[in-house]
Order: sequence, then C-alpha cells, then structure tokens
Amino acid sequence: MIKDITIGQYLPGESVVHKLDPRVKIMASFVFIIDLFIINNFLGYIPVFLFIASAVIISKIPFKYIFKGLKPILAIIIITALINIFLTTGTVIYSIGPLNITREGVKLAGFMVIRLILLIVGTSLLTLTTSPISLTDGIESLLSPFKRIGVPAHELAMMMTIALRFIPTLIDETDKIMKAQMARGADFESGNLIKRAKNLVPLLVPLFISSFRRADELALAMEARCYRGGVNRTRMKQLKVERRDFAAIAVMVLLVALSVLSRFI
Amino acid sequence: MPIKVDNITYIYMKGTPFESKALDKVSLDIEDGEFIGLIGHTGSGKSTLVQHINGLLKPTSGKIYIDGVDITGKDVNLKAIRQKVGLVFQYPEHQLFEETIYKDVAFGPKNLEFDENTIDSRVRKALKMVGLDYEESKIKSPFDLSGGQRRRVAIAGVLAMDPKVLILDEPTAGLDPKGRDSILSEIKLLHDKYGKTIILVSHSMEDVAKLVDRIIVMNEGKCVLTGTPREVFKEADTLINIGLGIPQVTMLARKLRQKGINIRDDVLTVQEAKREIIKYLRGKKHD
Repeated sequence: MIKDITIGQYLPGESVVHKLDPRVKIMASFVFIIDLFIINNFLGYIPVFLFIASAVIISKIPFKYIFKGLKPILAIIIITALINIFLTTGTVIYSIGPLNITREGVKLAGFMVIRLILLIVGTSLLTLTTSPISLTDGIESLLSPFKRIGVPAHELAMMMTIALRFIPTLIDETDKIMKAQMARGADFESGNLIKRAKNLVPLLVPLFISSFRRADELALAMEARCYRGGVNRTRMKQLKVERRDFAAIAVMVLLVALSVLSRFI
Repeated sequence: MPIKVDNITYIYMKGTPFESKALDKVSLDIEDGEFIGLIGHTGSGKSTLVQHINGLLKPTSGKIYIDGVDITGKDVNLKAIRQKVGLVFQYPEHQLFEETIYKDVAFGPKNLEFDENTIDSRVRKALKMVGLDYEESKIKSPFDLSGGQRRRVAIAGVLAMDPKVLILDEPTAGLDPKGRDSILSEIKLLHDKYGKTIILVSHSMEDVAKLVDRIIVMNEGKCVLTGTPREVFKEADTLINIGLGIPQVTMLARKLRQKGINIRDDVLTVQEAKREIIKYLRGKKHD
C-alpha cells in the first residue's frame, strides 16, 4: 500500500539521457523551465514539444511513468485553467451568470496548462533518469563555486544524499510497523479526522524512535570511518563532461534560440 | 481451528519493473494444536506467507481458509481474523509506543473493544504467560527494559488478544544465547500448557529441531519439504543444497554413519546422540 508512493522515482536505464552528466541535466532542466516562459505564442511550443517527446523516447522511459507524474497535479492544472478562463479581463465571448469567459482568458489558460504540463514532464524526466546519488553529486558540483561566500555545498549535498537514501528505508519501516499494529487490531483507515490522527500515534512513536536510533548509528559509523566533511575529499566517480554532454548543450542552445525567435513571429 | 492454504501465489509490486514473485503456488494444512517450524532463507517467502495467514497481505491468486472461512474474499472481518491468528513480527520491540508496559499490552484488546475488566484480565494473563510482573507493568515504561524483556512485552501485546494460533517471526533474532533459550522455552510453554497452535518462523534449524512437531521448509517462494523434524533431516542433501544445513548433532551422526559406524542417522539432540553412541560402543564390546 504505502510502497506505491513515488517521490522523484528513479528508473535505472542505459540510455544516452541516463548517461548525461548530472550537472548538464540539472542546468538543462533550469534552462528548459525558463524557456517555457520565454515563449509567448502557441507556435513557439512546437519545438519544445518535439524536444521533450524525443527526449522521452530516447530515454526509453515508458510514457506510463510520465503520465503517472502528472496525475497528482491534475487538480492544480484544472484550477489554474479555470481561474485564468474566468478572471481575465478582455473581450467577452461567452458568459455564464456573473462569470465571463474572455478570449484572452482562454488563451492564457491554454498557455498555463501547456506550461505546467511541460514543466512537470521536463522535471520528472530529470528525476526519472538521474539516480539520487548523481543528482546530489551534480548539485554539490554546481554549488561549489559558492563555497567562497560561505555556502556549505558539500554538507548540503551530504544531507540530501542521506535524506534520499533513507526514504525507502523509512517507507519500509512504516509499512512494517503499520502491519505490526494492524496485527494488534489497529485501524488506520476509518474514523473521522481527529480519530485518524489519534490512531497514528502507535505508528509515529515507534517511527520516531527508530529514526533517531538510525541517525545515531549512522553518525557513529561515519565517524568510525573518519568522515569529516568536504575538505580535500575525493570521490570514486569523478564527474566528466563528454561529447554527448556538449551535444545536449548544443540542443538546449538551439531550443532557446528557437524560442526567442518565436517571439518575433 | 485448522488453517488451509490453497495454492497461493503472491507477486510484490506487480506491474512495475521491480516486480518479484514472493510466493509460488504454496499449499499447506495446519491442524489444531500443532507446533510448526517454518524454515527458510532470508527472502524465501516465509515472512510473506505468515502475513497472508492473518490477512495483512492478500494473495495475487489462491485461497486461504481459517476455520473453513475464506479470508481472501472482499468483505471479510479482518479484525476477527487477527484476533484468532496473532502475528508477532520480527524485532517486535520496535512496535512499542505506550508510556507503560500495561498500556502497551492493552492496546490489542482495546482495539477489539472489550470492556475494562476483560482488558485487565487479558493483560494480566498475557503478562503471566511471558513471565512479566503485573504490578510493575503499570508504572514502568517499556523503553526502560532490556532487549529481551522488551520483546516479551511485545509478545504479550499479541497474546493479550488471546489468539488461538500464534505466529512468531524470528522471535530470537538479535538475542543473546540465554535470552534466546528462555524465549524459546516460553514459546514451548504456550503450546504445551496453554494449548496454542504455534507457527515458529526461523532460519535456525538448531532452534527449531528440538521444539516443533512438524517442519515446513521454504525455498524461493515454494514449499519444498514438510514433515516431522526426523523426516525432514533425512533429506539432509536437499537442505544443504538450499543452504540451510541440519543441526550439528544430526550432522555428526551422519558423518559417523558415513565412516561405517552404525548408529541412527535421525538423532536430534545431544542427549539422543549420547545414548546412540553409548549403545554403539556397548554393542561393539559384546562383539
């Protein structure tokens, strides 16, 4: 039951998209998001759409996974669309009671829906093709220039790695404790909100205790192996920008250029 | 209250790239009052199987009957099943959460909505079964106890529901030899004195051999062997093949037989082995 939750789920694979340098992928995702907002007419979204579709095909991620990522934000997309349709002022084309649908509103709603969908697809492609470890490696490397102004890049990355590492462990643990309490007749599914919250105590107390115990054990194990933060630390997998990464950068530059051009048509 | 497991298959995370078959067409019959040892490697499917027996997991296919009632159907009273079949998980002390031992043990009967008096007598009985003090339980926090004692509290928590069948998943994991022996002898008492049907899940042949009436061996989601300990240990080669091994004394008897010393090869305890060897030596003297 609880194991079905997918948070930034990574799907292992061997495609070119998987193998790209995580720094390039992170930056490309940023550029992609900005790019979505540069475009100001529908024609401009054609290259973006082609780009993301081919990226998904190359990555060999089943479309099912991409759509699964869209499901939770469906409500947000619909609400955004409705607000834009009804609350934008302009030429009225249809009215239902006090609510007016305007030409500008429909257009804006269309933009918003396209932007949101592409944004989610783009970012979930990043998390689906990049393992959490290389993602944090990438973030650490991208943040390292800011070390000079006091940003603890390594510590931040380490914290993220540990947090990500323990998500599946905690999910397993939650599942186990839930089952153990259910075996003692606990009920997590029925009752009103207050009763349900109260019923969570037998789950949360053991979970907290075990998290603290795990944190303590991990700290001890790290210390026993002389861990002392980022200074002079080398890593097993060095990040290297290769030819395919330059190709990816070139594609991104082309995409942005097309988007800027599309503003002038 | 017989349990019948009929041809169940269970697939974890079906329909994802992580899908794996945990149980593969398992069928079992467990009679009233039996003491069963369920043995298998880590990942052999034994924990998955016992979770099916009290309705925590639903099989992908197949049926389970408890007392003749199919528990895989849609509108089954799961609470009633869990009251009949108690399941003690691995490291059960990790599930403790109340301020006092008493309150924690009372959690199960409280969920079953008994009145105060019944709850009190259930808790008293359950604590007695595992050898814990009733008066002390009202003031002491379970977190102040040692590992072995904490495990007793957790087992009492399941016993307080007064199940007819008690399933224990690796009850001795992580305990020292003394703690292990005392937990095992208490489990034996639950069977002998209180008449509970017991399913003891373990990967240790040594622990199980001395205690149980019948052994069920699981490997890779399948039920490979079943029978009394003596019957099962006769299949030593199969057991060694799946990496389980047999108790050391049984192994010794086998090795002796291979050397041409004619003693029974199905000894289970050191006492039996001693008797057999003495018998052999005496027999030799008379020759």
